Amino acid sequence: MLNENVSRRDFLKGSGALVVTFAVAPRIADAQIDPTAIGPKTVALDQVDGFVAIDRKGMVTVYSGKVDLGTGTDTALTQIAAEELGVPMARVKLVTGDTLLTPDQGITWASVTIQLGGMQIRQACATAREALLEQAARKLGAAQGDLVVKDGVVTDKSGAKRVAYAELVGNQSFRLKVNDKAPLKDPSQYTIVGKPIPRLDIPDKITGRFTYVHDFKRPGMVHARVVRPPAIKAQLQSWNDAQSKQVPSYVGAVRKGSFLAVVARNEWAAIKAAQAMQASWSSWEGLPEKAKLWDHVRATKIARDESLQSVGNSAQALAGGAKQLKATFDFAVNTHGSMGPSCAVAEFKDGKLTVWTASQATHTLRRQLARMLDMAELNVRCIYLEGSGCYGRNGHEDAAADAALIAKEVGVPVRVQWSRADEHGWDPKGPPTLHDFRGAVDASGNIVAWESELFAPDRAKPPAVTLVAADLAGMPKDDAFPGNIHQALAIPYAVPNIKATAHWLAETPFRPSWIRTPGRMQNTYANESFIDELAAAAGADPLEFRIRHLKDARGLDALERLRKLASWTPRTKPTGGAGEVAKGRGVSYVKYELVRTYVAVVADVEVNRRTGKIRVERFYVAHDCGQIINPDGLRNQIDGNVIQTVSRTMIEDLQWNRSTVTSLDWKSYPILQFPDVPEVVIDLIDRPKERPWGAGEPTAAVVPSAISNAVYDAVGIRMRSVPFTPDKVLAALKTA
Amino acid sequence: MATTITFILNGKQRSVRVDDPEMPLLYALRNDLDLHGPRFGCGLAQCGACTVHVNGQAVRSCSFPVAKAAGTKVLTLEGLGTPQKPHPLQVAFIEEQAVQCGYCINGMVMQAAALLQTNKRPTESQIKEALANNLCRCGTHARIVRAVKRASETMA
Repeated sequence: MLNENVSRRDFLKGSGALVVTFAVAPRIADAQIDPTAIGPKTVALDQVDGFVAIDRKGMVTVYSGKVDLGTGTDTALTQIAAEELGVPMARVKLVTGDTLLTPDQGITWASVTIQLGGMQIRQACATAREALLEQAARKLGAAQGDLVVKDGVVTDKSGAKRVAYAELVGNQSFRLKVNDKAPLKDPSQYTIVGKPIPRLDIPDKITGRFTYVHDFKRPGMVHARVVRPPAIKAQLQSWNDAQSKQVPSYVGAVRKGSFLAVVARNEWAAIKAAQAMQASWSSWEGLPEKAKLWDHVRATKIARDESLQSVGNSAQALAGGAKQLKATFDFAVNTHGSMGPSCAVAEFKDGKLTVWTASQATHTLRRQLARMLDMAELNVRCIYLEGSGCYGRNGHEDAAADAALIAKEVGVPVRVQWSRADEHGWDPKGPPTLHDFRGAVDASGNIVAWESELFAPDRAKPPAVTLVAADLAGMPKDDAFPGNIHQALAIPYAVPNIKATAHWLAETPFRPSWIRTPGRMQNTYANESFIDELAAAAGADPLEFRIRHLKDARGLDALERLRKLASWTPRTKPTGGAGEVAKGRGVSYVKYELVRTYVAVVADVEVNRRTGKIRVERFYVAHDCGQIINPDGLRNQIDGNVIQTVSRTMIEDLQWNRSTVTSLDWKSYPILQFPDVPEVVIDLIDRPKERPWGAGEPTAAVVPSAISNAVYDAVGIRMRSVPFTPDKVLAALKTA
Repeated sequence: MATTITFILNGKQRSVRVDDPEMPLLYALRNDLDLHGPRFGCGLAQCGACTVHVNGQAVRSCSFPVAKAAGTKVLTLEGLGTPQKPHPLQVAFIEEQAVQCGYCINGMVMQAAALLQTNKRPTESQIKEALANNLCRCGTHARIVRAVKRASETMA
């Protein structure tokens, strides 16, 4: 089909005599397009056509496997593509996360959308630009070096000769491999990248015109609700929908194993029918007692050990240290807490399944759905539509699986909207994490030994999280994966003897997944709290102590910028005084995963000795993620990192009984509210000539430790258990 | 028995036929009247994402029976202002870029609009108190407060 109307134009590319062919590009899909109407478009990662198409009017479509999770990356990726191609942003349209159209650039996680996804797009655009310039040179009879591109028009030096991209490539494909060596635009020439361009999605979001997945409708669509078991592993024994049948617009029930759902013609009827369903379940009480969680974690079988950093001989050095310290840190179970419970629409037609989903990993989801439903992957299409911010793998994929399973049974489009209790109760959880630390300083106040042990669920599996529907229905499913939670246990400091070990646990109480800064947050909390304890033991100022152990120029720069930003004054013992309300400040630092973004922060807190309440007043953040694509978007992300993590550090603590999660709403799992939100003061360190790194997670890594260190500065206690609740503060003050 | 409920929605008379008059207004607005502004967040009046105005008062439409809306004036984010003629709060939210995922933003704007009707020049702490029961998970709070402050200054 596509080969009709093809006006082929072969030309030689450079001296390598590579033949470049243009062919018709498919018309761009929007979210509602009929999948069968689209012809084949390559989604290959090594093809320019995988990423870029230019039509006859000069409109550019960029195809991105990385999706915008509400962080502004659609705008940033558009900036990158427009800049590299030399076209205005208004002429670039982004298609994201559609398994039929976009390359599989991996899960949108780990702060790599710009760093990896954006750089793939940048290189594809640079390759396209280079090819277009070569073609223009021939067409204009000019030397390529004399040509400039502006607004999608190639002009020679005199300005007399010009040709538009649309004339060169309009509606044809590039048939060109992405050239890793295609020259990139000189950052000093940037007019779009590095500028605080307003986000493209905000006008629609602020006037109610934006279509989230929750807003998406298909003709003839019905609404479904899953009837959740009262215990996580309870088996469905029997069910009776006689009462549900009394609800007008009720259609029927779908049952497969312990998966039970009701279907109705309208949403409210589905909610009422689900409530009216009578089901009996087996009992199950397999969760550990909440009060004894950490005993349970310690008693859990270790599947394997992994050495994450090994330098010198830590055991020997520990024994020989002038001062030896040990500490244990724990970090509570967190839910993602998306404001909008997960939602998806699925349609099964002519043996093909289409799912509209807010999944951060549509390609992974396609594979999982195909496996669950025993379909060929080619017959499953997942199309991304923005949802509520997910901050990791929340319930979006599970809602998609619910909808897909039901849609395959009922044969009409099905929308599944999770309830608040579904989202709080059934999204996968950030697993409970425990650390044991030992360390020693020598007589001159240097760290001579560092040993850390992490106890967390095993990660040696493919990165996909069990779909709840597959689990309940007894269908083929993936195992659990908690995220790359090994990262950041290794430390960035020059210490002569280090031993960092992960004890990977054979099981964990809740279905685990990654939540913003997975593992890096917990590991950095423990690392940066412990180094503060060592600094105090050495009688050193905590900022100086870090600087003394750091050899990394950019890291040192970040700490010096922070010192200025926060007007840090040295301290070697708590400075909060003896009053009822004591002020303190704490420092923390991370080089994310030891290879990228540098963040240094100071937290200012107030601790009330009588009530035990900690108030986080302010965060100072020095942030170096290399080349900044959009400084305003970056600031927005840093704000979010700090504020969300203050919430997780101060308040959040999942509750459960022996059968199931009991934190099922915002009262039983509260999050930070406006009156308690700290001020965030930011110093962006821009390095336009460096590669850009991620910013969606790194700042979150240093928040808990900065607060715990500030609490020490205020009242002399160490907060070694997250969240930092008033009762823990009061208990620590009593024994201090 | 289906009943018809009529109210003024964003200045125009609209009717919905519902099986259950106890159905929350939110479902009528989103599903029967095709609006995208008010959002389902909790169904428990805890988060504020569904906030609309009924006769000038901010209400949680997820917990407000549609029958109670009969004969009232209902205002949603779409009616507050349009892309062509935005409300000062919408302008201010864009100027401050006070959105991350944006799921809570309907509630933030509608709650703030209700605040500015009764308190034209709120202080920062009054804004925080007024929005205390509107939850945001992305951590956009500081920008939201700045946007409300900015709007109040342009409206005064």
